[in-house]
Amino acid sequence: MNDEKQETKQERELMPLWEVFIRPRTGLSHSHVGSVHASDKVMAVQAARDVYTRRGEGVSIWVVASAQITASDPDQRDENFEPAESKIYRHPSFYDIPDDVGHM
Amino acid sequence: MTDRDDLTALLLQIGDDHLVLGHRLSEWCGHAPMLEEDLALPNMSLDLIGTARMCYSYAAEIEGGGRTEDYYAFFRDGTEFRHVIMAERPNGDFAHTILRQFFFAAYMNPFWRAMTESVDRQLAAHAGKAVKETAYHIRHSGEWVIRLGDGTEESACRMATALDDLAPYIGEMFETDETASRLIMAGVLPDPAPVRAAFEDTVAQTFAMATMPPFEMTAGISGGRSGRHTEVLGHLLAEMQQMQRAYPGLKW
Repeated sequence: MNDEKQETKQERELMPLWEVFIRPRTGLSHSHVGSVHASDKVMAVQAARDVYTRRGEGVSIWVVASAQITASDPDQRDENFEPAESKIYRHPSFYDIPDDVGHM
Repeated sequence: MTDRDDLTALLLQIGDDHLVLGHRLSEWCGHAPMLEEDLALPNMSLDLIGTARMCYSYAAEIEGGGRTEDYYAFFRDGTEFRHVIMAERPNGDFAHTILRQFFFAAYMNPFWRAMTESVDRQLAAHAGKAVKETAYHIRHSGEWVIRLGDGTEESACRMATALDDLAPYIGEMFETDETASRLIMAGVLPDPAPVRAAFEDTVAQTFAMATMPPFEMTAGISGGRSGRHTEVLGHLLAEMQQMQRAYPGLKW
């Protein structure tokens, strides 16, 4: 049991996880698409290319070590996000748009 | 004017190298050591098979007898195949497969780069695409060679073993027979010297970063270009050709 844990830890250190972001085409921003295991950043970009751009999905790849990401605490979800829910006036949906403006 | 038979012979050599090695790579599908390589190896395999298809379609077109690319892939026997023996050798472990791919790509990339200047328009057009594919194959396999060669004691040992196993097969890629000599004269094939120099340069740089000893090409095993193959080819063809042999003309 202990050995098993050791090995998992070693594997994690040899092949850490990387988050992958792909830009679908010039002008759009990179979006998170998933993650890959790789020994280092160079191999992570290659793995991302092979796993996530096989169907012409992208023109640019970013990878970020998953361990480098700082995330919000799920336990703080309510205090973080609920206060915004009651402030619907922040959505720009209360304007009358003249017909001749056309598509906005 | 290039001799039709010479051009067909060349197309089968290139096509067979790519089909047989592509098939070997495809054997990793579902068996690679990690998911990422389970996609990377078949990705390269499909690039190689794409080149084989171009060669066979072109050969069929020259022959003009109504044959298709499938004839060359599925209805020829082992002695009719013209690939280098390295392509058919079993995959071995991951280090062996990666090093073999590295050697092949290190040769094919400068080959295709030079072929963009070929007087044969169809080959020159394909070369533009193949240069990009093989550039990635060098990068992917080369980065692995560096990490395995300069990795753990175990990975370095496996790289050394792979090199011992593969070394006798490398020279065959650079053999120039009479057909090739005529095609070089005709401007279809490039001067082999700069291609070989580029290969040696790529290998030297990567091996140095991989802390592996310098590679020296020696006389080794050949015969593949004249249809003399090793016993493993029969098994490979049996698996690859089985469907078309059992159900000729089968489509999917």
